[in-house]
Amino acid sequence: MEIPYTVAVRPDTGLNNVKLGIWLFLASEVMLFGGLFSTYVLLRMGAVEWPLGAEFLNIPIGTVNTAILIASSVTMVMAYASLKLGDFAKYKTYMLATVLLPVLFLCIKGYEYYEKVQHDHLPSHSTFLAIYWTMTALHGIHIIGGIAVNGYFWGPGSKMWHTKPAMFENRVEAAGLYWHFVDLVWIFLFPVLYLL
Amino acid sequence: MSGNAEEVRKHIAIYKKIAGALAVGTIVTVLASYLDVSVALGITIALIIASTKASLVAVYFMHLGEERSQWLNLTLGMTAAFWLVLMLVPLFTFSDHIGVAKTLPNANAPMEHAAEAH
Amino acid sequence: MDNVTTAEGIAHAEHGHEAHELSFLQTYVFSQDHKVIGIQYAITALLFLLFGFTLMMLMRWNLAFPGRPIPVIGNFLGMANAPGGIMLPEFYNQLGAMHGTIMVFLGVVPLAVGGFGNYVLPLQIGAPDMAFPRLNMASYWSFFLGGVVMIASFFVPGGAANSGWTSYAPLSVIALEGQTWWLIGMMFLITSSLLGSVNFIVTTLQLRAPGMSFMRLPFFVWAQLVTSFLLLLAFPPLEAAGVLQLMDRVADTSFFMPSGLVVGDGPLEISGGGSPLLWQHLFWFLAHPEVYVLILPALGIVGEIVANNTRKPLWGYRVLVYSVIFLGFMSFIVWAHHMFLTGMGTTISTFFQTTTMIISIPSVVILSALFLSLYGGSIRYTVPMLFALAFLPMFGIGGLTGLPLGLTAPDIHLHDTYYVIGHFHYVVAPGTIFALFAGIYYWFPKATGRLMNDLLGRIHFWGSIVAINCVFMPMFITGLAGMNRRLYDGGMQYAHVQGVMEWNAFMSYGAWALGFFQIFFIFNFFWSIRHGKKVGNNPWQSTTLEWQAPSPPPHGNFSTPPEVHRGPYEYSVPGASSDFSMQGEAPGADPEPAKV
Repeated sequence: MEIPYTVAVRPDTGLNNVKLGIWLFLASEVMLFGGLFSTYVLLRMGAVEWPLGAEFLNIPIGTVNTAILIASSVTMVMAYASLKLGDFAKYKTYMLATVLLPVLFLCIKGYEYYEKVQHDHLPSHSTFLAIYWTMTALHGIHIIGGIAVNGYFWGPGSKMWHTKPAMFENRVEAAGLYWHFVDLVWIFLFPVLYLL
Repeated sequence: MSGNAEEVRKHIAIYKKIAGALAVGTIVTVLASYLDVSVALGITIALIIASTKASLVAVYFMHLGEERSQWLNLTLGMTAAFWLVLMLVPLFTFSDHIGVAKTLPNANAPMEHAAEAH
Repeated sequence: MDNVTTAEGIAHAEHGHEAHELSFLQTYVFSQDHKVIGIQYAITALLFLLFGFTLMMLMRWNLAFPGRPIPVIGNFLGMANAPGGIMLPEFYNQLGAMHGTIMVFLGVVPLAVGGFGNYVLPLQIGAPDMAFPRLNMASYWSFFLGGVVMIASFFVPGGAANSGWTSYAPLSVIALEGQTWWLIGMMFLITSSLLGSVNFIVTTLQLRAPGMSFMRLPFFVWAQLVTSFLLLLAFPPLEAAGVLQLMDRVADTSFFMPSGLVVGDGPLEISGGGSPLLWQHLFWFLAHPEVYVLILPALGIVGEIVANNTRKPLWGYRVLVYSVIFLGFMSFIVWAHHMFLTGMGTTISTFFQTTTMIISIPSVVILSALFLSLYGGSIRYTVPMLFALAFLPMFGIGGLTGLPLGLTAPDIHLHDTYYVIGHFHYVVAPGTIFALFAGIYYWFPKATGRLMNDLLGRIHFWGSIVAINCVFMPMFITGLAGMNRRLYDGGMQYAHVQGVMEWNAFMSYGAWALGFFQIFFIFNFFWSIRHGKKVGNNPWQSTTLEWQAPSPPPHGNFSTPPEVHRGPYEYSVPGASSDFSMQGEAPGADPEPAKV
């Protein structure tokens, strides 16, 4: 039994199933983080006092992390472009970078969390810290998911390139879309939490 | 379904430019945060820069600029609209109320018994 | 968007799993076939519906006879819940919160969307299966796990969640352990919903058979498509809110906890600064679209059955489609009509009152179109049609009683009274659930190759329609008198409701009678699987594509992909040789009527 249009584009909708599916999923993720951003706005508006990000958060570290994540987005799109050029070796290199860079991000984030715990800056401390911990942790969980997916497509999943290259390209494109979204969320999270 | 090699190389050139723009945008964001402006203006500037960076990622890295699908446009349009509603309406109900909200002096203050509790 | 697809796309399709012998587990338990998954959803949901109904029958004892020991069952409820068989208020609250949660999230939606949507939608569009079969399977098991967590919560210390299905903060934050289980259960259910909605949308857009343009889709498919968009975009803020409430409960944060809150003997040791209203906003942002998720599949089912049993096309197909789309859109901007009494200012409450009034328009249009579809029809009073016909005025009552609730002024008096309970139960119980029964009787022969017993079906129908009105109609009376909802003793302690207290016992007898008549359905359902009258592909002489496939359809549904040449409701076409033409029937044999 064959499911049509998994990879081939359906003429009247202009999409294949996987691409449409991942975009729909991303739409729901926009609403998920939207709920949290809405929470942030509401709590801040209602607060008697709200700390500057710099009071609790390390801006240089946050900036480095932002650069790391943006870099991983670049390597992701380069990995996909390499596949389209048929250069599997380059794909592997770029994809490995896309897996390792967020691991570094998580290590740095882990260090930030550790520092916070040492200073007793826990989520229960204030609503600012509560929303900081929750939003970055949820984002972190999404990063872990991305590492797992990208790791799979770098490692065991990459065998598909030799048997079904079109489908593999399609899957990597979908993984890329997810990964860019994760980067996108951080592009908003960083200034909102650290800089404002 | 490999793309035309020429086209892909053109795309790669664009990716590099966008990467540069994102790096610049990040630096600008951080520098702008040190400007001595009101909170409202600071938020506005930060959000404008973030939105610009996000748009670059969406249009070029996620290839949204090249998609031609009415259903995708519809979905993303609806999502944007409802996201806006979600952001704005709790805010409006917060500012439009009957009666006076009484905030107590210790609201959002550090927990007094933090050391003992943990 | 209206270009027809070619058969090429299907020919170039990627292979699913190769045709080989599947194990028992793979065929019946971890199946990726939408029909098996649909039946799994349906049966699980029906069991949950029965369980949720039982909880309510228990509640109704204490409402009718407050403080009296519950006969028989009272001995088994345990000391923590009903010492001496007398229900404790805490236990009543658990029953209430879980009745609502189970009926909405474990019963109606999984049956309407997971069950009917999964089973019927791919068949009606001529697809071999859902776009993502593995995701479909994951979606079912996530639902199942969520259900297990919810039921398990009854057995933890303190019992199940008891802060209403709405779980308002701060009460839900300080509640006992069961509430944490509720939140975790909801996470599983929301995940299931999200996976399902992605699947439904992609399937409907991408897997339509050649010739199945959007304006040839059966109304049921349109209803499911809009429903899926609602689930996709409205559920995530509740997922976020659930995470935040979990944090408040487990990590002592103060997302929803205001400053200076005093509980028991002293102020809570929390940072404060949170907002209980924030929970309400995030909750109702989902929960309002959720009620349209409850009704839209039902409208779709009724549409199919009305067309089939009047032997004429639905009145106003385009109007129906545009209305259902407009309804879906509007459903996102009415939610705070559940919050009129939270101290909202007049500007914002006027906004929500206006949008709520506007949203009643497409509802009325759809109901009117369905009523108008009856005019001039050759009505066949089959069992599905009985339920579908009953749906119309029942949903009408439900909808009309929503109007004073949507207007801010009368809502001041009616909010949180039994009037509200009467309103929403009319829409969901003799509304949606009747439509779901109609759908079961209607599509049972497709899934099993046998008809359900007709006499048992009629007894089920007549008993249910009378009993259900006995349960819910008096609620408008008690609600108007001011009887509050969620009172474990039925308002015994309040002077202003003493005059209407006698209705409590009446409603409880109605509820137990309603329970009795479901026995006929339960027996009929299982008995007919083996002993029902055998039928062929199309026992109802229907036009839509699912009736072209064998009963039951094999894996892959259609031996050759159908090609669609007609609209969905070509009944009684002048000049045609029979009173119905199937969508997949080749043109030329009969005159093709004007395009819809």
